[in-house]
Amino acid sequence: MRVNRLAVAAVAILATALSTACSGGSDEPSGQAASQSAAPAGPVKLTYWTWVPNMDKIVTAWNQAHPDIQVTVSKQAGGDDAAAKFLTAAKAGNPPDLVQAEYQMLPSFVAADAVADLKAETAQAKAEFSAGIWGLVTLGTDAVYAVPQDSGPMMLYYRKDLFAKYGIEVPKTWDEYAEAARAVHRKDPKVFLGTFSSKDPGWFAGLSQQAGAQWWSISGDAWKVAVNDEATKKVASYWGGLVKEGVIDGMPYFTPEWNKALNDGRLLTWPSAVWGPGVLSSNAPKAKGKWAIAPLPQWNAGENHSGFWGGSSTAVAAKSPNKAAAAKFATWLNTDPQALGLLIKEGAVYPASTKGAALMTEAPDYFSNQPDFWKQAADIGATARGFTFGPNVGVTYNAYKDAFDKAVAAKSDFAAAVQSMQDATVADMQKSGFTLAQ
Amino acid sequence: MRSPKKGARAGRAGAVPYLFLAPAMALFALFMALPIGYTIYLSLRRTKVSGLGLGKGARTEVFAGLANYAAAVGDGELWAGWLRVIAYGALVLALMLGLALVFALMLDAAHVRLARLTRISIFLPYAVPGVAATLMWGFLYLPSLSPFGEHPFLSADLVTFSMANVAVWGGTGFNMLVLYTNLRAVPREYYEAARIDGASELGIALRIKIPILVPSIILTTVFSVIATVQVFTEPTTLRPLTNTISSTWSPLMKVYRDAFVTGDLYSAAATSMVIAGISLVLSFGFLRVVKNRAFGES
Repeated sequence: MRVNRLAVAAVAILATALSTACSGGSDEPSGQAASQSAAPAGPVKLTYWTWVPNMDKIVTAWNQAHPDIQVTVSKQAGGDDAAAKFLTAAKAGNPPDLVQAEYQMLPSFVAADAVADLKAETAQAKAEFSAGIWGLVTLGTDAVYAVPQDSGPMMLYYRKDLFAKYGIEVPKTWDEYAEAARAVHRKDPKVFLGTFSSKDPGWFAGLSQQAGAQWWSISGDAWKVAVNDEATKKVASYWGGLVKEGVIDGMPYFTPEWNKALNDGRLLTWPSAVWGPGVLSSNAPKAKGKWAIAPLPQWNAGENHSGFWGGSSTAVAAKSPNKAAAAKFATWLNTDPQALGLLIKEGAVYPASTKGAALMTEAPDYFSNQPDFWKQAADIGATARGFTFGPNVGVTYNAYKDAFDKAVAAKSDFAAAVQSMQDATVADMQKSGFTLAQ
Repeated sequence: MRSPKKGARAGRAGAVPYLFLAPAMALFALFMALPIGYTIYLSLRRTKVSGLGLGKGARTEVFAGLANYAAAVGDGELWAGWLRVIAYGALVLALMLGLALVFALMLDAAHVRLARLTRISIFLPYAVPGVAATLMWGFLYLPSLSPFGEHPFLSADLVTFSMANVAVWGGTGFNMLVLYTNLRAVPREYYEAARIDGASELGIALRIKIPILVPSIILTTVFSVIATVQVFTEPTTLRPLTNTISSTWSPLMKVYRDAFVTGDLYSAAATSMVIAGISLVLSFGFLRVVKNRAFGES
């Protein structure tokens, strides 16, 4: 009896020790000490702010494999609000260890001294990314401020069925796009080829990148700001002309009205990024299987350029007490084949890692009519060009929304709106004391 | 022999009120005075960037004097925001308090049927959170979704009215209830006397009820003025749906933008002090003007 009882007790203790070791999230130091005498401090605990869907499932895979580094996901709303929240938390001194950082916001995080330099920890990871993407996390400096996660090369989403109905070809140049816009609107005044969104500065930035814009650049020890460069003014005037003519609509993206227009077939194209299928499938479920993708129309026939809309990276907070562990997780998440597979499957992410493309085999469900979706996307992605983002993108993007809100409502000069973006950006940088090149 | 004893007792009595006050004072100091003090401190500082502003130590916080205040007061957008809010506030105040008064008087009149149900249904919108109410109205305003047909409710000409409508819908019930409760406390004998003297229902309302209600009307007006000055939820929630509401539509939206969108906490602190000052002047100014009428009896 006594032996039996002892055996039961021993088994129970062993089971507890094992289960705490496996489940990882151990709250009891005693269980931890029993299973891991070498590290009496217990596992490193990291918090991670992200808005990638199902990230908790992906993190579970990591937590099971790494009992010594336990990551907890805190789901964020995403976009500009998430960036503001992180900057505020960093300023208040209690940021998360890891944060999803959109490429355009990364310089602001760096300028606020909110993210850590991961150069030493990411020496191996560098080879996994194209030079263009890597430049977005180094900002052209010697430091590495994040590990790239996904990218958003832009392409033209169009309604294949309605293009046939209205008898228009897929436009190869922006001139053809303008002609098509006029043709469609003539045939049915309620229908538009597209809409210009005054709420999406990232979209406009991507279109400007395609045209060759360089909103910010670093020369020596000074910033050069050229939001109003010729390429950007060309893009703005083009869309401004079409909005004024009344052949391109002025409703913003991601609004209930936009959803309705997509579902009703009153919008025929959407120049968007590779993450478009996720948006379309949730915002326009009725049009499943009716959309297709093509390269963005070009400014000059025969050219082959695209830009980036969105895309983000995983950064480590400068104030995190466990930077090395956090960098290890960030590298795993964005370069490990298992993690990339999960990001694609669970998170609907288009990985920035060059390994990612090989893992994308099956077209998104929404695009089941286009089996070579990922092949096309990869070809287009190879033509995308970006630019360096400055340290006050928040100011520039806010100026975009205010200036283009007014310009679209009044159908006034879009180039003037670009000028006010430039003025707001420069004024803010001068006020803070940044060195500006002329 | 007697005087020191008396002094001691007086001293003890003097300490007791402070003891009772202490919790309230501590809470006030912690959650009011301290944050306000910190805001004032922040409003006198600014960031100073050197070179590219990248890397460690490139960004420092320095004393700015009153520069942030000068910039806040000198920004035309803030005053344009005030003008928009004053127009919006005048609409809201007149409509909301007018309706609240009419509803309260009607409910108080003896022969209204279903008074209880009416009272609750008018009050109910107040229980709907501002964001939910604004989103709901936002959907009703969008031309392609609106059941009211394709009217441009959110166009530049109409957006102020559309926004005021949300506030009136949400706030009338509360103000009505304040006034109504006050009316129910009035002794019925007044009305009886008036009726014996031959006063009509309308005459009773105008000559007896409204004068009795004046202090309550003043109270609800002050509350509404403060709420209007702080308008933020409605325009912020409607903004993504339309291009007629700028990021600085109301003064508080400008504070939010400065603090969290463009990352300048210091300007935001200065602007919020300016707003707090104006808001104080407005509320106390109004109270001062109506003081004799409102509290003449006390």
